[in-house]
Amino acid sequence: MQTSNLINWQPDRSKFPDQLADGSFKVDLSSGKYVKIWHGPNHPGVTGNMSLELTLCGDEVMDAKTHVGYLHRGFEKLFERRKFIQCFPTVIRMCVAEPDYNEYNYAAAIEELSGIKIPEAAKWLRMLALEMSRLQTLLRIVPGQGGTTGLGIGVQWGVYLRDLILDRFEELTGGRIYHMYMLPGGVRGLLPDGFRKRMEENLKEIDDFVQRIDRVQYQNAVFKKRTKGIAVIPPEWVDQYGITGPNARAAGFNRDVRKDYPYLNYDQLDFEVNTDNFSDIYNRSRLRWRDLQQTVDLIRQIMDKIPDKGDFKAKTPNVLHWKIEKGETYIRSESSRGEYGYYVVSDGSEYPRRINLRGPSYIHAVSLLERLLKGANIADIGAIMVSLQSCPPEIER
Amino acid sequence: MNTTIEETLTSLESRFELKDIKQQRGDLVFVTVKKEQLISLLTHMRDNENFTHFVMLSVVDWIEDGVFQLSYILNNPEKHVDIVFRCMIERENASMESAHHLWKQVATYQRELYEMYGIDFPGSPRVHESFILEGWDDIPPMRREFDTKKYSEDTYFPRPGRESKDPKEHMKNKLYPDADK
Repeated sequence: MQTSNLINWQPDRSKFPDQLADGSFKVDLSSGKYVKIWHGPNHPGVTGNMSLELTLCGDEVMDAKTHVGYLHRGFEKLFERRKFIQCFPTVIRMCVAEPDYNEYNYAAAIEELSGIKIPEAAKWLRMLALEMSRLQTLLRIVPGQGGTTGLGIGVQWGVYLRDLILDRFEELTGGRIYHMYMLPGGVRGLLPDGFRKRMEENLKEIDDFVQRIDRVQYQNAVFKKRTKGIAVIPPEWVDQYGITGPNARAAGFNRDVRKDYPYLNYDQLDFEVNTDNFSDIYNRSRLRWRDLQQTVDLIRQIMDKIPDKGDFKAKTPNVLHWKIEKGETYIRSESSRGEYGYYVVSDGSEYPRRINLRGPSYIHAVSLLERLLKGANIADIGAIMVSLQSCPPEIER
Repeated sequence: MNTTIEETLTSLESRFELKDIKQQRGDLVFVTVKKEQLISLLTHMRDNENFTHFVMLSVVDWIEDGVFQLSYILNNPEKHVDIVFRCMIERENASMESAHHLWKQVATYQRELYEMYGIDFPGSPRVHESFILEGWDDIPPMRREFDTKKYSEDTYFPRPGRESKDPKEHMKNKLYPDADK
């Protein structure tokens, strides 16, 4: 049988400009060969409230600029005029998809600056909420990667399962999306009756989903063809750009805040950091799928250790007149997207002097995305953005 | 103090002028450095001390002292320690040497700081392009002298039919209407 010409197909690159060493293209807009378009903010292929200004040559991206500001709410300015406890309902809104890391980082910063030690039960309950938060995010993003290549079924399974986890959140905290559970000093309550049983039922359904999504998505020829070898992050970029989380771990970096800077009781859990050796879309997504399995396992480990009784909140001063000692700190935790940090400065008054968020998307969706898109095909943009798991609200705060 | 941090600070002290060393945690130290030495210090940290991960650049507005505090948070991913370099710069015509050539993401931070605080970083790519606020014509909004309430009162019209009440007086009248009689 004669080999198909498609296999040996070499595209004609004579009409495209050469890519320079820094990845950029020399573009002369007046030549009439290029077209500028806006990708977003209202576009199904954009992760949230941001847009991309693209310069195209045919269907290839020559230049990309990230534009944010569609969701700027001036939170960091608002914090300067609010007491520490009044900032609490606002910090969680910094990232809609995964609000619990904001709660934890903020509460931990206040506790560190004012020297408060939280009870043991609160530590385990905080870990439960953080891992549940990771689980519900991964249930969106793992099948969501298939969604960007036209594979819709996994997304529907994921939405259903995520809803179950939101039910458990509602039971535990009273809120589905924003929980306001980790108050400075501890948490707002212990596990409700029967929570463990219902959670275990949900986790079993997720175990089943993990196997199904493997067959449907990761062993799918079309999905592989669309994602393998696309948008590769070379290992040397990781420190050059400040890449963290699954995007760096897929490139071979064994870095996880839970292991490297153990906070709460993560040092008492049994888990290995998931890594890979080639950070393309497929491997990044596959690594998140492994993270999903790991999170289910961690939740089971945590549930075994949460006490049913006991103190869950340390005594704090009257929150309305709480003056935090002068000082500054940086608190980090491992969100599903990477290193999530809070830089908090107190001037000794009842109001914070500065609260600044370090979100992974600040790097992944701006400097890194702009670089990765150069030379990419316009049809792959949605898949690339989802594979970086960008969340615009944490860029503009 | 963590031995890695101790060794790093000892090595730095022979080359740079360090002030106000404050240990916040075993793995986190704050150090104040001179503005003129900062960029060479960051380069030394990246190339010789293995502080290869640039965590973030932040700024604190100390309006009462007339200075901005720039905080460069650096991390050693092998030894798992952080050092924060604080650098005080004048608030008036605030300007700082750019560090965009050391880490790629720094340019984004500098662009944001120019927009939000008016701190210039000459030479930083696209530093004067608007980042979040398009068409902003007031003073940079994160500076502490920027009055958000006055800005919104001047910019937006109050909705008709609304009145503001002093909360204390309002609740007193509502709960104890006869108290003063």
